[in-house]
Amino acid sequence: MKEMAAAGGTEVAEREIALNVNGGERRIPAGWTLADLLASLGLDARTIVVEHNGTILRDRSSFASLELTSDDSLEIVHFVGGG
Amino acid sequence: MAHADLLSPGTLTDPQPFVIAGREFRSRLMVGTGKYASNAQMIEAIDASGAEVVTVAVRRVDLDRSKDEGILHHLDPDHFFLLANTAGCYSASEAVRYARLARAAGFNEWVKLEVIGDQQTLLPDTIGLLQATKTLVDEGFKVLAYTNDDLITALKLEEAGAVAVMPLASPIGSGLGMLNPYAIRMIKQRLSVPVIVDAGVGTASDACIVMEQGVDGILMNTGIAAAQDPVRMAAAMKDAVEAGRHAYLAGRMPRREVAVPSSPTTGMLDAGA
Repeated sequence: MKEMAAAGGTEVAEREIALNVNGGERRIPAGWTLADLLASLGLDARTIVVEHNGTILRDRSSFASLELTSDDSLEIVHFVGGG
Repeated sequence: MAHADLLSPGTLTDPQPFVIAGREFRSRLMVGTGKYASNAQMIEAIDASGAEVVTVAVRRVDLDRSKDEGILHHLDPDHFFLLANTAGCYSASEAVRYARLARAAGFNEWVKLEVIGDQQTLLPDTIGLLQATKTLVDEGFKVLAYTNDDLITALKLEEAGAVAVMPLASPIGSGLGMLNPYAIRMIKQRLSVPVIVDAGVGTASDACIVMEQGVDGILMNTGIAAAQDPVRMAAAMKDAVEAGRHAYLAGRMPRREVAVPSSPTTGMLDAGA
């Protein structure tokens, strides 16, 4: 029983969810926060802006507590050269 | 005098500081950051231009090439005033969204507002521009509105709360110089907010002629970035903006259709010796 529960637990931990990031589908482990996703993408939160399901996140300290859920839509933008 | 360095030569200071929305800037030349061959070249050109205000665009992070870093990895935001644009936006709502994203970056509440109406000419959609200006002003933005050289639109943008109006010299990236000096002068004469000519300047003489109309400043990108030697052109633009400002302040001589000799007409020798 114990072993089975552990196996079940592992299964839960490896469960993935799909979300839309910058117009493309991306699969991430269930339970990841926005901060986890940004870290996995190698992005410095200080140089980007995130729009989450149409809402701009103006407070970067919220990234660590925002748990992503299936079908979330994210836009991650930054400043580039322009006139 | 805080604004003594607006014009470089010695004691000939600018009698008017360059102020937008209560903030004073040290250069009347603003520059874009697009189209450079490299980030190093962009930085060198901006330094040569002496610009304090630099424009940037808002775009998606390329997730598959995240080493292609944003411009903030190259441009020190402590040394420049970052002015985000809404370039590439074709509706008021799209431009408003980009402006909000730019503000969330946390540098300032200023935006160079563009609402483009046509892909071939990149001329502004002035109706959408006016709508977006009103929305953003209500939200506390400082709106610098990129517009055409139409006086009525400029007046309406000022009335809507734009802190500066930015008429084009000619279409974006065209390098055609100022097509309608009369319209630019008329806008400058009638508006109280700063008038900054944006787009179309192709070389230093274009910039000089624009400043000679009495406008408050110029914003350019391609004129520098697309030159064979962008760094040298940036230096030329800096001098041209200052020269044009001096010439405007100096007040040009009246135009005449006939010659007037510069040398004395008396004291000439007898003819046919």
